[in-house]
Amino acid sequence: MDQIILQVLNGLDKGSAYALIALGLTLIFGTLGVVNFAHGALFMLGAFCAITFSRILSLSHVVIDETQKDFLGNPLKVDVPHIYDWFGESAGQAIINWSVPLAILFAIPVMIIIGVIMERGLIKHFYKRPHADQILVTFGLAIVLQEIVKYYFGANQIPNPAPEAFIGSFDFGAAIGLKAGTIIYPYWRIVYFCFAMLLIGSVFAFLQFTTFGMVVRAGMADRETVELLGINIDKRFTIMFGVAAAVAGLAGVMYTPINPPNYHMGMDFLVISFVVVVVGGMGSLPGAVAAGLLLGILESFASMRQVIEALPGINQVVIYLAAIVILLTRPRGLMGRKGVMED
Amino acid sequence: MAVEHLNGEGDGGMLQTFSSKALDGTGILGKKVEYVTGDTQTKPDAARASARSMIEKDGAIMVTGGSSSGVAVAVQALCQEAGIIFMAGLTHSNDTTGKDKKANGFRHFFNSYMTGAALAPVLADRYGSDRKAYHLTADYNWGYTTEEAVRNSTEALGWETVAAVKTPLSQTDFSSYVAPVLNSGADVLVLNHYGGNMVNSLTSAVEFGLRAAQANGKNFEIVVPLYSRLMAKGAGKNVAGIFGTTGWHWSLENTAGSRYAGTNAFVKSFGEKYGFPPSQAAHTCYCQTLLYADAVQRGGSFNPCSVIEALEGFEFDGMGNGPTLYRAEDHQCIKDVLVVRGKENPANDFDLLELVDVTPAEAVTFDPAIFGGELGSCNPGA
Repeated sequence: MDQIILQVLNGLDKGSAYALIALGLTLIFGTLGVVNFAHGALFMLGAFCAITFSRILSLSHVVIDETQKDFLGNPLKVDVPHIYDWFGESAGQAIINWSVPLAILFAIPVMIIIGVIMERGLIKHFYKRPHADQILVTFGLAIVLQEIVKYYFGANQIPNPAPEAFIGSFDFGAAIGLKAGTIIYPYWRIVYFCFAMLLIGSVFAFLQFTTFGMVVRAGMADRETVELLGINIDKRFTIMFGVAAAVAGLAGVMYTPINPPNYHMGMDFLVISFVVVVVGGMGSLPGAVAAGLLLGILESFASMRQVIEALPGINQVVIYLAAIVILLTRPRGLMGRKGVMED
Repeated sequence: MAVEHLNGEGDGGMLQTFSSKALDGTGILGKKVEYVTGDTQTKPDAARASARSMIEKDGAIMVTGGSSSGVAVAVQALCQEAGIIFMAGLTHSNDTTGKDKKANGFRHFFNSYMTGAALAPVLADRYGSDRKAYHLTADYNWGYTTEEAVRNSTEALGWETVAAVKTPLSQTDFSSYVAPVLNSGADVLVLNHYGGNMVNSLTSAVEFGLRAAQANGKNFEIVVPLYSRLMAKGAGKNVAGIFGTTGWHWSLENTAGSRYAGTNAFVKSFGEKYGFPPSQAAHTCYCQTLLYADAVQRGGSFNPCSVIEALEGFEFDGMGNGPTLYRAEDHQCIKDVLVVRGKENPANDFDLLELVDVTPAEAVTFDPAIFGGELGSCNPGA
């Protein structure tokens, strides 16, 4: 029982990352009709926004400490962050300690700007081109973005820990009356799941309850009619591209304490996120979220030792097997619109 | 930097301490050394393509480097076919000088077997002989040989292996593999992972509270058989207190004495050039380049067969690892292995590991026949 609960928690947490990326992909496909293979790179850029923000907070001046020696026997150069000078050492440490959540404020405008530049500068020229062209150009863009990040940040992973308040684990077992220590779950992963749900809820609320969102939804359903009403739908869709970039970026920001980021992390998520979008139903926002969580849980269960022993290799293919089964029995995906992909 | 030193530039580094005095800073056999570089991308195909280009277009007569066993095995086979010498870089699988060994290939770095032999006694000493281990193993050649080596060595000392689970090489989030460990009956988690896999799996293990947990009435422990500084840097504070092995460490001569002469000379050269202390990968590739050059010089020829003859059974010192033998039977260097532990309070990004023990070469020596393979005959090339 405890193993099942543990893997459900794992799956929800893992699935929430898939869902966030897939949500952005679906937003872009649903509004602009573009298959954006650079979306994983946006997730990666978000993570590096967190790294950049942490480095900005840690910008230092050098103080020579004559009492200590470096590895060559020279007086030790100690980096003292400027923020210590401005706010005092303890306040400065606290700000640096909370750099990941604070990076959200930095990442939102940066990612929206990146998204808008990407859409206006490149992707808009491919709206009327076949999906194959869109895939090629966005995949190429993803590689360019990766290489730029690799050039500036190096190829190795960069640790970016969660605030100390969230380091450690919550004992679910004790909380629900099971034996203490049987279901332990890290605080930051719980924060990540809650953050993902909040972000997904905010995107849905934005689309559902604002005039802007209503126009966007109308544009997704019937672009020509909305344009005939004199509404500049292109401008709104460009903003939605920025919003989708910000959603992917924020997913990346909050993911940095879970896995230290490197330039390649976007590609690791990209393929799975596309499977999530297709399984959820192309263009279906609730479908993307549901499929993300479902496939996350399936992947977690397939990683259990007992399952691997019974079905060797299942952990590597379970997501794709599930996708095949779902698409064979329901070609439009879990929550796709009737008729889509069903001819 | 090795090339600079061979050509008489810089301070000479370990040429000053190397026991062989054949090299004099005038190149090799009077010829100035030149080099080209390529990116292996840690992928055997990319590495082979890059090495092939170096050999065919640039006329390379020796290839060194690489940072994975897959790459080493692939490039070693290519060099054998092409008739040039391969001086392997960072490769730890038993197979490189075991079943996949080649006459034209040589490894200075240690292997999985040596890790198991060095690490197990220290683990038994620190954690006791009544331990239950759970292995998470990267699903490729190096993972298998490392798991086998650590299992065999620890089981011989009384440990029990509760489970061994293979994890996909492409895995980034190890939470679903790590989460069940605490309820498995194990009290030690062995992470047979390297590079990004190790950074991510260790991060997950610490995140899930394994470092602070109790199991079977004991403190739960995590072990990382093979450490590198880049991995320790990537995992950050999570490495604190965790045991592993390494081939060399920049502080070795200062902490373990003059047996490891050469270390300080290399650290000085490297530190003044790059501003930070060298890693074990830099050390092994530097040594390999000097060893090749020395073999050419001593043999009096660039002919690979002459180089092989000069290297086989070659005993040397002053290269930072203490007295070392390039064994003729499998072209494996036999030398001391370091057992290290992640520092609790590192002073900087390079001060991440502390030396716990040095296992002498005799204790990690193995029969070259146990891993199979045939060296074959040397290929002198065109």
